[in-house]
Amino acid sequence: MTALVNPGLADELARSDGFDADACMNCGVCSAICPMGVDVEVRRLFRYVLLGMEDKVRAETERVFSCLLCRMCEENCPAGVHIAENVRTLRHHIVRTGFGLGEG
Amino acid sequence: MPLATADVIGILGDNLRLRKSVLPLSSKVTTRWTEGLGLPRGGETVLYTGMMYQLIPYIEGLVRAVDRLGDSWMGSYTKLGRRVNRLVNISAFMARPSAAERAVYDRVPIDVVHLLRRAGVRFGALYEDDLYSGALAYDLGLDEIVAEHAAKVLAAFRKHGVKQVITIDPHTTTMLRSVYPRILEGYDIGVSSYLEVLTEKGVAGNGHRVRPIDGEVVVHDSCVFARYEGVVDEPRTLLAAAGLTLRDPENAGRQTWCCGGPVESLYPAKAAANAEKRVAQLRAAGDEAVTMCPMCFVNLSSAAGSTMRFRDISEYLREAFAS
Ligand code: SF4
Ligand code: SF4
Repeated sequence: MTALVNPGLADELARSDGFDADACMNCGVCSAICPMGVDVEVRRLFRYVLLGMEDKVRAETERVFSCLLCRMCEENCPAGVHIAENVRTLRHHIVRTGFGLGEG
Repeated sequence: MPLATADVIGILGDNLRLRKSVLPLSSKVTTRWTEGLGLPRGGETVLYTGMMYQLIPYIEGLVRAVDRLGDSWMGSYTKLGRRVNRLVNISAFMARPSAAERAVYDRVPIDVVHLLRRAGVRFGALYEDDLYSGALAYDLGLDEIVAEHAAKVLAAFRKHGVKQVITIDPHTTTMLRSVYPRILEGYDIGVSSYLEVLTEKGVAGNGHRVRPIDGEVVVHDSCVFARYEGVVDEPRTLLAAAGLTLRDPENAGRQTWCCGGPVESLYPAKAAANAEKRVAQLRAAGDEAVTMCPMCFVNLSSAAGSTMRFRDISEYLREAFAS
């Protein structure tokens, strides 16, 4: 099975205010301290975006919506990534393009 | 089976767009707390609830009503159909909380009114124009719907000549203070939480009569207050001035641990598991904890059952400063 790659995904999302997944160094601090643990794993979601793997992002809808937006990760992220806002931006992308919601 | 994520989000969005709230309640319900307080309608400074505390007993009622079905409250709610929901206000037919349950949450804005008056603040209220802020819909990524809704909130502020808003809960505070300026052109409303106003006005000291509360309390910081809005010291200053001995749990202040509430509408089992972990941390620090958000209050107290007592911060402050 071939993966559906959208090379423009990161750029599309980057148009939203402050989407900065590319600042992530994949260090794992966020995964280690996230109250939701493996249910969320934001750094994996960010990797998918950076690689343009849109179908992977969609397959991980539950992960995207399981985040508490609590910013515990952000408070401790050594790269100062806007993690919660990035997750919210992914949600916006999914509800708009995947669920057909959000407009009209 | 819970409804799919898309349906739940769709219902919330429809409600906000058509009925100005994610869970539409009559204005009789949302303005009941104002009765007998003689608050002026509108004016430069208003106390704004964003309906947060009023919504909670209704959500609790729904949770109880659907608990037997082993479903999320929102999942069951939406089973009736997003299509139907567009035409009929389904929540009007759902479980009603008792007067006593409602009174627990209605008391919070009433206590805040007495505290602000005690501190010498002059303010009004917006009654039926005190609208939901759109917090949950914004968290779910319904940006276009929230922007449309926020414009209605700003129109209500303009209609009543509002320049300064005093908020109660953290979610309404961050929407009005940090999100609206980004999504609404020309938004120039000043926003402070009542905890910040009381600290600044010095209700905690400056010769005010205090009835000190003798006891210990564990502080549960709200993630939104602590990490989004930097409100960490104010509740501590006020509670200490009320005479209480404060205890911090393992995760406190800017390192606070979320109550789980934000995922309750979609994944209630995950929310409950998270609340249990937090209750264990709090219980290790003491028998009684203070919350400053209605979502924290409801999630943590239902996870703790009878093993621990929770009270909203307004209750302690009213007892010490304005009883
Ligand atoms: S803590 Fe920050 S830099 Fe490290 S993996 Fe997480 S998002 Fe990336
Ligand atoms: S915002 Fe909270 S729940 Fe979401 S990834 Fe960060 S620590 Fe985890």
